[in-house]
Amino acid sequence: MNEAVRDLVYLVAASLFIFGIKGLTHPRTAVRGNLIAALGMLLAVVVTLAKQGLHWELIAVGLVVGSILGAVLAIWIQMTAMPQLVALFNGFGGGASALVAGAYLLQAEESAPDVLVATALSGLIGAVTFSGSMVAFGKLQGLRFVRDVRFAGQQFANGVLLVGSLALAWWLVQRPDLGWIYVLIVLLSLALGVGLVISIGGADMPVVIALLNSYSGLAAAATGFVVHNNILIISGALVGASGVILTRIMCVAMNRSLPNVLFGTMGGDAGAVAGADEVYATVKSTTPEEVAMLLESARYVVIVPGYGMAVAQAQHAVSDLAELLTEQGIRVEFGIHPVAGRMPGHMNVLLAEADIPYEVLKDLDEINATIEQADVAIVLGANDVVNPAARDDPNSPIAGMPIINVDKAKTVVVIKRSLAPGFAGIPNPLFAKENTLMLFADGRKAVMDILTALKEG
Amino acid sequence: MGNLLLLADQAAGAIGAGAQAASASGDGHLTSLVAGLTVFVLATFVGVEIITKIPPTLHTPLMSGSNAISGITLVGALLAAGEGATTVAKALGVVAVVLATINVVGGFLVTHRMLGMFRRRK
Repeated sequence: MNEAVRDLVYLVAASLFIFGIKGLTHPRTAVRGNLIAALGMLLAVVVTLAKQGLHWELIAVGLVVGSILGAVLAIWIQMTAMPQLVALFNGFGGGASALVAGAYLLQAEESAPDVLVATALSGLIGAVTFSGSMVAFGKLQGLRFVRDVRFAGQQFANGVLLVGSLALAWWLVQRPDLGWIYVLIVLLSLALGVGLVISIGGADMPVVIALLNSYSGLAAAATGFVVHNNILIISGALVGASGVILTRIMCVAMNRSLPNVLFGTMGGDAGAVAGADEVYATVKSTTPEEVAMLLESARYVVIVPGYGMAVAQAQHAVSDLAELLTEQGIRVEFGIHPVAGRMPGHMNVLLAEADIPYEVLKDLDEINATIEQADVAIVLGANDVVNPAARDDPNSPIAGMPIINVDKAKTVVVIKRSLAPGFAGIPNPLFAKENTLMLFADGRKAVMDILTALKEG
Repeated sequence: MGNLLLLADQAAGAIGAGAQAASASGDGHLTSLVAGLTVFVLATFVGVEIITKIPPTLHTPLMSGSNAISGITLVGALLAAGEGATTVAKALGVVAVVLATINVVGGFLVTHRMLGMFRRRK
């Protein structure tokens, strides 16, 4: 096929990607958007395969094996495990980019300096994405052999790896005939990816996943410069932008800077915080029956779920509760903090899976605008994201972090096993507020007990 | 949207101009690099424009979907596997095809599965 025609088809495919992503601006058009993007990918692959003189056998094997593995993973994965699946796919994308750049380096007759720079970058970013994603996958999956590792001089070691990779990249540009330099770049970068992610704790995983998402895009873009193909550059830039935006949203939601997430440690200075005993002097506990009575006389109920809800597998019980209350003419809405799940938007997917309509899923700003009118706010498995100290106490370690203002509802019901602190490791004055009632129980059981009480009452 | 069209228009112009410049001049490498960078920067702007409009509810499907799109590196992998000059190049290409295909097929499929769960009020 004529090269110009092929490039035009790539342009069509790139446009389909853009239209596809645009479809994701509303749940109504999102399914179609995803299909449009997939169609763009199919076009790009078909037009590539139409090139004369390709060895079909190898390609066919690769495509079939990859399709089967991808489909199996996509179909069997649980929604709670979505973050590790995305991490895995990110890693594979990054790894593929690094391999493609390596293959082109091997077969290039003469390479211009700019292509060599792109090759080195593709290897560096691709390898960091691959190993970083594998570590993130291991952590999210709870694999025993992947633990948080922190040691003195860790950031220095990462710095040495990065500078070493860049120095090798410079050398590769001088001596493209020495293929082993590329291998060294990839090896150092693999170590760098591990070094960067291994020290990051569970609560910061959403940021890491979003950042690795961005890297996988940048690796593809760099590979686009190697193989001189605009569609890789365009797609890589789109994905890179997406990842960066999501990373920023996550950082803002935790009121932390990116360097702080990547290199810093959370909290640490607990001395300035009031002791738990002092804070929790006036905690009142309640029963499912009492909560049911409160709900029966309510007109507007807000439910604020945290990851603890998913851990307790309480989504379906919560969905039943929301449905029952809605049937009784009560307005029910969900307030979802950006970091409520293990990746951006994760909680929304978990609630959607439990058949909760997307119209009642409200983001931070939306829910805070109406929460003062709420008769009852139910906090289920969330802690730090509803801690009023973030708003009121400038000395709190989480001061300035945006929270859902559940304490402004008429009554707050907090369903929790105990008064144990959340990720930030600090006490939550919400639990002892005048208008707060604590329901000490397992999340799923508590919601089911409230349901039973509602049906009987 | 007006912005978007304008950007797309500019991008198309830049690609055309870049291609022309690259074929017109003898030392096309630098011009093709600049054309590539132009495409990259403009596509980034387009990405920022659209993605900031995506509601938080759809951020997970956005990640898995854009993830599938970054599997476009499959195009490079297919060429590396299909026309690799040496056995090593071919082998690298095939492994890349497998990884990128997992990324593409799995990414779009899981996004489709997730988006199917988002329902309107009955």
